[in-house]
Amino acid sequence: MTQEIHTESPLVIAGKSYQSRLLVGTGKYKDLDETKLAIEASGAEIVTVAVRRTNIGQNPDEPNLLDVISPEKYTILPNTAGCYTAKDAVRTCRLARELLGGHDLVKLEVLGDQKTLFPDVTETLSAAETLIKDGFKVMVYTTDDPLVAKRLEDMGCVAVMPLGAPIGSGLGIRNPYNIKMILENAKVPILVDAGVGTASDATIAMELGCDGVLMNTAIAAARNPLLMAKAMRLAVECGRDAYLAGRMPRKLYASASSPIEGLIV
Amino acid sequence: MIEINLNGEAFEVAGDASLSTLIQGLDLEGKRYAIEVNEDIISRSEHGTYFLKAGDQVEVVQAIGGG
Repeated sequence: MTQEIHTESPLVIAGKSYQSRLLVGTGKYKDLDETKLAIEASGAEIVTVAVRRTNIGQNPDEPNLLDVISPEKYTILPNTAGCYTAKDAVRTCRLARELLGGHDLVKLEVLGDQKTLFPDVTETLSAAETLIKDGFKVMVYTTDDPLVAKRLEDMGCVAVMPLGAPIGSGLGIRNPYNIKMILENAKVPILVDAGVGTASDATIAMELGCDGVLMNTAIAAARNPLLMAKAMRLAVECGRDAYLAGRMPRKLYASASSPIEGLIV
Repeated sequence: MIEINLNGEAFEVAGDASLSTLIQGLDLEGKRYAIEVNEDIISRSEHGTYFLKAGDQVEVVQAIGGG
């Protein structure tokens, strides 16, 4: 194998190539200015947004998120956060497609319970089926169950995004072995979505072989979101390179780094 | 005037109001939004010719920060 230190390995989702493997959300920032700067510092090219009712009669001059995070510059990934049924998730995706002028890449998440925000797998499967039939390109948030991940891939989801830990928990990758099993079976990009708390969590996800990481709170809730955005950019690149480089085997006992030959004793 | 339900609240519009009229009244012209009436998406090109009826359930949505 030739030894390259510059790896050209774009992330390809639904036929489009991205240089960055870090995907970021736009929630929980202090204001739109901070959102914009944090996203720039993260280097992300795919940015998630939520779809919500417009505030009627409230300050029409209020800046709009999409004026700051321009769909011309970023791939906007509308999510279905807050949806607890397949029907609501499908409605939200259709509104998002209209809102974004026919853009059909969506992040599907159907939640089961407010306390854990765990995915409701049966509703997720049902929504994915409807959306795929309707021409959507679905990046799907799911549990770290390898069988469910495979099912979602077989249905035609363009990326499968298992959680590392509950949304907004910052607990890291709680079950790396499940993520590894999902990766072994997968032919579509697998991204860890949710659970990352700090840079090393993102690196671990990438070292496992994940194709990318999606996060929001880990950056937005850091004391210095801009610095954390940069840290996450580096962490994802770092983990990717380490994965491609291939780690040394683990051994129980020591193995000297300096040669034994030529010792003066 | 007729009463519709707009984003979950009762809202009065003129009896001959189209979706375009509604959007103008809300100062949303030129903004990025999407509209659903009675759970059906009404595409932008149809807003001028889609006339509201009493009791219509109208949702006007936009993109906001989210993960």
